[in-house]
Amino acid sequence: MNFTLKVWRQKNAQSKGEFKTYHVKDISPDMSFLEMFDVLNEELLLKGEDPIAFDHDCREGICGMCSMYINGHPHGPGQTTTCQLHMRMFKDGETIVVEPWRAKPFPVIKDLVVDRSAFDRIIQAGGYISVNTGSAPDANEIPIPKEVAEAAFNAATCIGCGACVAACKNASAMLFVAAKVAHLALLPQGQPERKRRVERMVAQMDAEGFGACTNTGACAAECPKEISLANIALLNREYLAAKLTSEYV
Amino acid sequence: MKLDSKVPEGPLAEKWTRHKFNLKLVNPANKRKYEVIVVGTGLAGASAAATLAELGYNVKAFCFQDSPRRAHSIAAQGGINAAKNYQNDGDSVYRLFYDTIKGGDYRAREANVYRLAEVSVNIIDQCVAQGVPFAREYGGLLANRSFGGAQVSRTFYARGQTGQQLLLGAYSAMSRQIAAGKIKMYPRTEMLELVVHDGKARGIITRNLITGKIERHSAHAVLLCTGGYGNVYYLSTNAMGSNATAIWRAHKKGAFFGNPCFTQIHPTCIPVSGDHQSKLTLMSESLRNDGRVWVPKKVGDTRPPHEIPEEERDYFLERKYPSFGNLVPRDVASRNVKYVCDEGRGVGASKMAVYLDFADAIKRDGIDVIRAKYGNLFDIYEKITGEDPYKTPMRIYPAVHYTMGGLWVDYNLMTTIPGLFALGEANFSDHGANRLGASALMQGLADGYFIIPYTLGDYLATIGWNDRISTDHPAFAEAEQEVKDRIGTLLGINGKKTVDQFHKELGKIMWDYCGMSRNAEGLKGAKEKIRQLREEYWQNVRVGGTNEELNITLEKALRVADFLELGELMVDDALHREESCGGHFREEYQTPDGEALRNDEKFAYVAAWEYKGPNQPHQLHKEELIFENVKLTQRSYK
Repeated sequence: MNFTLKVWRQKNAQSKGEFKTYHVKDISPDMSFLEMFDVLNEELLLKGEDPIAFDHDCREGICGMCSMYINGHPHGPGQTTTCQLHMRMFKDGETIVVEPWRAKPFPVIKDLVVDRSAFDRIIQAGGYISVNTGSAPDANEIPIPKEVAEAAFNAATCIGCGACVAACKNASAMLFVAAKVAHLALLPQGQPERKRRVERMVAQMDAEGFGACTNTGACAAECPKEISLANIALLNREYLAAKLTSEYV
Repeated sequence: MKLDSKVPEGPLAEKWTRHKFNLKLVNPANKRKYEVIVVGTGLAGASAAATLAELGYNVKAFCFQDSPRRAHSIAAQGGINAAKNYQNDGDSVYRLFYDTIKGGDYRAREANVYRLAEVSVNIIDQCVAQGVPFAREYGGLLANRSFGGAQVSRTFYARGQTGQQLLLGAYSAMSRQIAAGKIKMYPRTEMLELVVHDGKARGIITRNLITGKIERHSAHAVLLCTGGYGNVYYLSTNAMGSNATAIWRAHKKGAFFGNPCFTQIHPTCIPVSGDHQSKLTLMSESLRNDGRVWVPKKVGDTRPPHEIPEEERDYFLERKYPSFGNLVPRDVASRNVKYVCDEGRGVGASKMAVYLDFADAIKRDGIDVIRAKYGNLFDIYEKITGEDPYKTPMRIYPAVHYTMGGLWVDYNLMTTIPGLFALGEANFSDHGANRLGASALMQGLADGYFIIPYTLGDYLATIGWNDRISTDHPAFAEAEQEVKDRIGTLLGINGKKTVDQFHKELGKIMWDYCGMSRNAEGLKGAKEKIRQLREEYWQNVRVGGTNEELNITLEKALRVADFLELGELMVDDALHREESCGGHFREEYQTPDGEALRNDEKFAYVAAWEYKGPNQPHQLHKEELIFENVKLTQRSYK
């Protein structure tokens, strides 16, 4: 297969970027999108040009490091990560446009690499259960209904890639925050800090400059881990409850 | 130098308890006077960093990824073992210990493995308290499944994403300490050198991967939690960035390297589809609970799987190992897959694959039960291959997955450089010559949550908080200069071959001659080939760009330079170990029916290699393994 690629090139955070056009030939349909970029980068390197910087690591769809906004969709067509996107998803001869995540709280570092440390800071604000090592009771002392454990798990599968933010016209991080709030609010272990957690995480989300949620659902539609929009409803409920009730009730 | 494992006296079951009592303590007010460096934020690194910070130490943590949450522990699928005996099926600490020692083909230290089994139960408690959503039964209690090499059900899991959930648990504990100011986190930062002065580890030299800035960090102790070195083979189930630089740099500064040739080839991975392949994807071992492995009985049978009738299929693991069946340990399964493919009975276009078939399980339990257990794995498989495993059997083939070898450590997890510790896959300690499934997560978290907090305290209390050098010390300047010189050299070569081309060539040599089976002649040739490749590398590699920017090629070039040295040591170790054990299969040493044939008289030891300088042969040190509790037998899963 052959493709024309229009790729965003930007030397560093300070410089202005632009699209550059590249042609790749003899691409196997079994290649992943990133392997296609590997082929291109090898060519660029041998030609003495700067290879395209992009984030990636596990290449099995779980670390959340790869990004790339492909033909107007984070991680390209379908609900997947870029590393799990295969060239058989594209038409031979197609022109593919590749950009970095576009969101103010995710500034571009170079080419397709962006800074997502805002997500880490949101977790640091309260996305945890405060339990020191060594003080835990026996694991089976807290029975958790299977359905509850499953629901918590579904929210906990978020890989923190930022596709939800990139998909949102407001660059809202609600789905990311909602996933963590839901995971911990659903579990009995998460109850003691339930109110504090949601208040702090939302405050940090706002401080980072993420936009407001207008319930378009683009985030959930693009999420590679299929985190449900219902989590945002739960987040709103949790937040409201935390604000409306006293600290102890 | 004589290796001292520091295994405590006393009966096996009491060693750790006694040892903990004998270890020195740092009083709470003094803990804040100590600084500890943790390199790597996988299960071992994140759990160690969080726990040490909770205790009051000041921690600096480093990872090359953009966030500590992305370390490759996240990709572990199947589960984590613990001797809880929740299933009432006869499990115990002793049985987990026994299975692990036997599974490792009697090449691990008894005391370490027993301790691992002992603390395994605490890990599950800790993780549940953090909110890790393990699978549960309808009654609300925790569910278990079976894994290879065990006849009890002791593996805890969170669908096929157990590593992710455990890592996010450790990451959240770490995040809490970052917010509390007890951990200073350095993402996108790679350790490139260890600083040693007066025989003790004093700090590290790092490169900021965005700006290229070379930085000095001083501390009272350095913990390497940097994972394994499977990427020596180029293709492996490791992440693209997983590398051996931290442990290899430490090795060249004096830390002995233990059993480098002990690598694990995982039997169930998605087969290679072409030369473009950049990594291999594992299909969890848990699939062997329900999937049946088979090939056609006839050589060169090209019919699609559904056209091959039952009586013309060879379920070779069930046939050869009736008591463990499809759940034999990984080394045994991989070797047998290789045998049937070598016989010409492999399937798929490349003929380098066997079927893993779920048809019987779906018929027995229904598609919904199978989906609930393995849904995400089936999805991964379908995305990569374009085939639906609910309808047609998976095709699988072995791939490099884990390295049992690593830096030699004593019972306290300290390397031969005082003040330098190695945790998790980065050390050699607990899995012998073959790791059992669901034991890597257990070991990473055991080391980080429950062992290092005690043993590090003893070291720090012994040296005192004044025993530290500043980053202005000449030892730091010297180490920094070494790093700058290495980078300068690589950037200056401007040759004709790319880093990936060299890496692929190295990988092929290692896979062909130091992979699933090895022989003396092949290994000798491989050693020579690696030397030539290394020489060529330093004359003909093309890196491009500068140091003072995000330079993805330079990052790779530094890592591959180290792989090219480590590969040779792996070959040396494989050549010297004239026996077969676990993942190390020497063709010259096998039983009449093709099983690994150990030589306990000559090789019941840990091979710990000492670096003696550039182009000097390594020196071999032996730590004899003493078995007081288990009897060494020919491992049988028949």
